[in-house]
Amino acid sequence: MSGIRIEGLSKSYGANQVLDGLDLTVAAGECFTLLGPSSCGKTVLMRLLAGFETPDAGRIVIDDTVVAAADVNVPTDRRGIGMVFQDYAVWPHMSVRDNVVYPLKLAGLPADERAERTQAVIELVGLSGLEQRMPSQLSGGQQQRVALARALVSNPALLLLDEPLNNLDANLREEMRFEIRELQQRLGITVIYVTHDQEIALAISDRLAVMDEKGHLRQIGAPNELFDHPTDAYIYRFLGVANFVPLRKVSSGWLLPDGTTAWVGQSPERHGEHLTAGFRPNDIVLSRDGEGLPGIVRRASFLGSQMDYLIDVGGVSLRASTDSRHALSDGQMFRDGEACRIRFHTVQWFDEVLPDGAVKGEFHV
Amino acid sequence: MFSKAASRFGTPQILFGLAVGILVVFVAVPVLLIFFNALWVDGHFNVADVIKVLSEPDTYKALVNSLILASGVTITGTIVGTFFAWLVTRTDLPYKGAMKVLFLVPFMLPSFIGALAWKMLLSPRAGYINRFFMETLGFEEPIFNIYSYLGIIGVETMYLFPFVFIQVSGALERMDPTLEESARISGADLFTITRKITIPLVLPSILSGALLIMLYSMAHFGTVAVLGIEAGIYNIPTLIYERIHQSAGSFAAIRTGTVLSAVLVITAAFIIWLQNKVLARGRYQIIAGKSFRPAELKLRGLRIPLLVFCIAYIGFTIVLPTVTIFMVGGLNTYGLPFTLENMTLNNYRYILFEWDLTRDAIWNSVSLGAASALITMFAGVIISYVIVKMKVRGKGLLEFLGMLPFSVPGSVIALGVILAWSGKFGINIYNTVWIILVAYIARYMAFSLKANSAALEQVHDSLVEAARASGATMWQALRDIVIPLVRPGMVAAFFLIFLPALRELTVSVLLYGPTSRTIGVAIYTLNEDGETVYSAAMAGIALIIIVVAEVVVKRFFKVGK
Repeated sequence: MSGIRIEGLSKSYGANQVLDGLDLTVAAGECFTLLGPSSCGKTVLMRLLAGFETPDAGRIVIDDTVVAAADVNVPTDRRGIGMVFQDYAVWPHMSVRDNVVYPLKLAGLPADERAERTQAVIELVGLSGLEQRMPSQLSGGQQQRVALARALVSNPALLLLDEPLNNLDANLREEMRFEIRELQQRLGITVIYVTHDQEIALAISDRLAVMDEKGHLRQIGAPNELFDHPTDAYIYRFLGVANFVPLRKVSSGWLLPDGTTAWVGQSPERHGEHLTAGFRPNDIVLSRDGEGLPGIVRRASFLGSQMDYLIDVGGVSLRASTDSRHALSDGQMFRDGEACRIRFHTVQWFDEVLPDGAVKGEFHV
Repeated sequence: MFSKAASRFGTPQILFGLAVGILVVFVAVPVLLIFFNALWVDGHFNVADVIKVLSEPDTYKALVNSLILASGVTITGTIVGTFFAWLVTRTDLPYKGAMKVLFLVPFMLPSFIGALAWKMLLSPRAGYINRFFMETLGFEEPIFNIYSYLGIIGVETMYLFPFVFIQVSGALERMDPTLEESARISGADLFTITRKITIPLVLPSILSGALLIMLYSMAHFGTVAVLGIEAGIYNIPTLIYERIHQSAGSFAAIRTGTVLSAVLVITAAFIIWLQNKVLARGRYQIIAGKSFRPAELKLRGLRIPLLVFCIAYIGFTIVLPTVTIFMVGGLNTYGLPFTLENMTLNNYRYILFEWDLTRDAIWNSVSLGAASALITMFAGVIISYVIVKMKVRGKGLLEFLGMLPFSVPGSVIALGVILAWSGKFGINIYNTVWIILVAYIARYMAFSLKANSAALEQVHDSLVEAARASGATMWQALRDIVIPLVRPGMVAAFFLIFLPALRELTVSVLLYGPTSRTIGVAIYTLNEDGETVYSAAMAGIALIIIVVAEVVVKRFFKVGK
């Protein structure tokens, strides 16, 4: 069991400052996810933890051992880590068993113990019967299981997973993420998982950190904490499809961007001239009449269990989704061009005016 | 990759030091000594003296000859190579596949043996073809004198045109046919397409092949030595040989040699620089899927005549010289007509079982080839690994050193190792096989670097990182992951060195001692001494060894071209 402490970690490549004084603590046995857009420095942080890169400044402590500091650099092979790579990195010239047993061979374990532990971990990841196969005879999912088994076999203090599910198809990705979570809980191992996929991050983490393009950790917390109480619109946007409606304060209340439509429903308990309301597509409740913001359905798409709408309201476009079955039974199935009323289950309030251009794009996802 | 403070002398530094060390000792030092000796006279830097050496009639003539011969061979070789490449890729010539293989055969035959054969056929007085014309057909004069610029250019062309052939046929095969098809749809006829689309697209390949021919021809020893010396035609490598050999290492000879070598290195470096530029500029186009078949030009009435022409070319350039070698090797005395009573197997018996030097030569060539291939193969892996995979400081220096072997011709290497290893620096291995080994390592390093770095590019970084994360040290990762994965590249490197080393002449002819003749040297010296039938018999045996080795290697190790 091991905890990880990162203190003031900095790394730059030429003029490009990737990490700047980053602090992070991960508890022993925790499954911790680093979530961020591509090239935000999360992979660099992972490589620094693994010892593939050397920090410019700061310290990394794994299991009370300083592995990287100004005058310390423990090489990768003595950091006691397991690692799974995005491209599997299964050695193509070795069979499944040879791949998995390799770390134990290096550790100098006796042959019978090696065989026993290899077999156990192969069973654990569900590869029994494929021990003699060569990697070229395995599917992508099976190769990733080999990589996982290889990373787990020597009971590492820390397991690093670098976008391990990226190259798998959607179904397999979903299946594997539950398996990884289950394995992690069963083995009680510390995991640091790097991804840009918020669904995986929310599904498997004890805690997660959202990283921005500048390499800063914007918010750290449990999945539901970040999902329900994001500290800013950046986090909110990153954790799922987000609608943002900028509001302007007038004497009578709050106005939408068209300057005439008034905000109806939950009132913000905040002050200031400008506010932004954020909500998910499924936070929206649609009805034909009654209370709510008036809107026009621009596009209605039937997606099976869900209805997906694009709705014009007060000068902005919103994404809404409703349960198809309810919509059908309640006669709430809207068609293109129909008028509707909009209410909200919940609204997140942000002090910012529209955060940035990138967020604007979310209106039309 | 590692912190400077924590592991100043870790594994990466050892590997880096090893890589730099190998290249410095085997390649850089000899080359530096050449330049040092060329430019440094009586304790000071002296360019005027270099110009003086270069303007001596003999040296000046050799420079001009090298230029004339290299230009001539480049022009004819490029025309021949491009024409045949087009013929076997873009027309409906019958038996194209077989033709393609046959056109590559000259690559595995030593050109100096070809030169020997042509000397036997076309020397003005004794050549069999000339004598046939004069004695049987009553010609007054020999029809062709092989001891001439044209003769040398012709023979070199036969052996060097595959450089262009390979490059151009490769480019024509890989070229995206839609480029031509879209031109055709736009209404262009085949002639216009060839002129406006095809030729501009393959031009980089033609140029790059032509520059390779130039590079080899410039530094070529064997053909000029066999055919040129009689008529007083020397190029740079043969003049270096002549000077070093005649004067037994006198100061003036060494100086002329080093100045000429320096010229050769600079020229070669310039040609390689030019070739890289051509290739870099040509990279944008062509390469698309290989699955399409380009439109074939219907040769119609020319189909059979062109096939006959190809067969005649192959018969004339490959079969005829080879048969000549074996026939002359079976004559009682050189010059006799090929009648049954003049034929004997005694020469072969003498060469194989009685002449002591044969066993020496075969043993030397095989062991030198194997040893240099083995050493160079491992050295090449280490050096390529540092260049391709590692992030260490000072890599720029290593990349520069790694380019060096490509631009150092054989005769320069030979002269360089004489300067470095004949006692001046404490080690004297002159006149032993070891000095040839040292020279071979330098000479063939380029082949190994090419094959190994190509193989290493295929090994993804994460495979090594996964090994490190599994607890492997850098050495263990190298041993267990990298080496097994690049083994095909290493095997390729081994044979890319072993096979040419078997037939090597340029280097060993400058370095051989009483007990360190190679096969090439044995044939060459027999010919020099006027033992024509013995040298032909020895050449025949060498051809058998070389061809068998090539076929075995291609069959069992599937080493690509």
